[in-house]
Amino acid sequence: MSDATVLGQLGLVFLKLSLIAIGGSNAALTAYQDEVVGHYHWMSHEVFLQLFATAQLAPGPNVIVVTLIGWKVAGLAGAIVATVAMLLPACALAFAAGRLSGRFVASPRYRLAQDALVPLAIGLILASGVNLAAAQMSHAVTWPIVAASAAFVFRLRANPVWTLVLGALVALAAQYAGLVDFGVAPG
Amino acid sequence: MDRPPPPSLRDLFLGFAKIGILGFGGVAAIAHHVIVEERRWLDDKEYATVLGMGQVLPGANTVNAGVIIGDRFRGTAGSLACVAGVMLVPTIIVVLLAIVYDQVVAYPPARVAMIGAGAAAAGMILGTGLKMFSKLRIRASDWLVAGMTLAAISALHWSVISSLAVLIPAALLVTWALRR
Repeated sequence: MSDATVLGQLGLVFLKLSLIAIGGSNAALTAYQDEVVGHYHWMSHEVFLQLFATAQLAPGPNVIVVTLIGWKVAGLAGAIVATVAMLLPACALAFAAGRLSGRFVASPRYRLAQDALVPLAIGLILASGVNLAAAQMSHAVTWPIVAASAAFVFRLRANPVWTLVLGALVALAAQYAGLVDFGVAPG
Repeated sequence: MDRPPPPSLRDLFLGFAKIGILGFGGVAAIAHHVIVEERRWLDDKEYATVLGMGQVLPGANTVNAGVIIGDRFRGTAGSLACVAGVMLVPTIIVVLLAIVYDQVVAYPPARVAMIGAGAAAAGMILGTGLKMFSKLRIRASDWLVAGMTLAAISALHWSVISSLAVLIPAALLVTWALRR
């Protein structure tokens, strides 16, 4: 398959995903997974999750994970194509909505849409978390890390990035204490 | 409230660049700080309205807010300045991180650490979702809509795209019916 074909597919995938990311990029993670891992087999679930974790270490909007996916699939050109494709349709829609907002923000229909779509977006985000965790369930130690990290973010006001550092340290400690075998030979 | 003069394209670009650069672990808090408190482009109520639209529209909330705020002050060029501002530096940093990731992932300890970080990232998303839900003035329809969305995608394993075709009308219907 030529590079141009892959770039074209990346572009089309994220043009489509752009418009379904209601509630932001994190709400669309399962949809990314469906396409990038399930449909196109561009990477494994494990690599997908690792890219997602890596993206959390960068500052900026969550949508930046798309840049990383594009990079993994097709290098720098892939990063640019995926990012632009992900931004364009949603930004165009936001632009149009911003211009119309004066007319519809005060209307009862807008309130109804907001009351219905905000919990829907939250459901999508929770489903993303469940599906990301399920992709890693082969490792015994990952479930306590998932649960502890969820509790940390839910209960504390500390920066969520700390959970990634703690998760990495717990996994390393468990490996070297001989509690688990990740199937990765010790270095 | 005393209004500062409308921001120039450069102001918009730099303000959103600051949001992008300082937004570690989520941009919501720093976006509010820069837009409402520091630059006073919008007051709290206007900001809540713009952000509320961002929540209903697809795409990144802060990027959408940038599009709307930029357009309000400087038209299309303003929108572009805000989006470029918030994306530019994070994009460069994430590409650098990708290069580092490719280098270190071959080493077993790094792979173990990444498995742990990945599990924590999945938990982080769950915690974020729970936190957002607990901040709603929770009504019966919220439980129903969030629950059926979670069930469709995580239990029934419907694809997100086909789920939305069913869930969006269902969410509107449930919310409308329970409100009366």
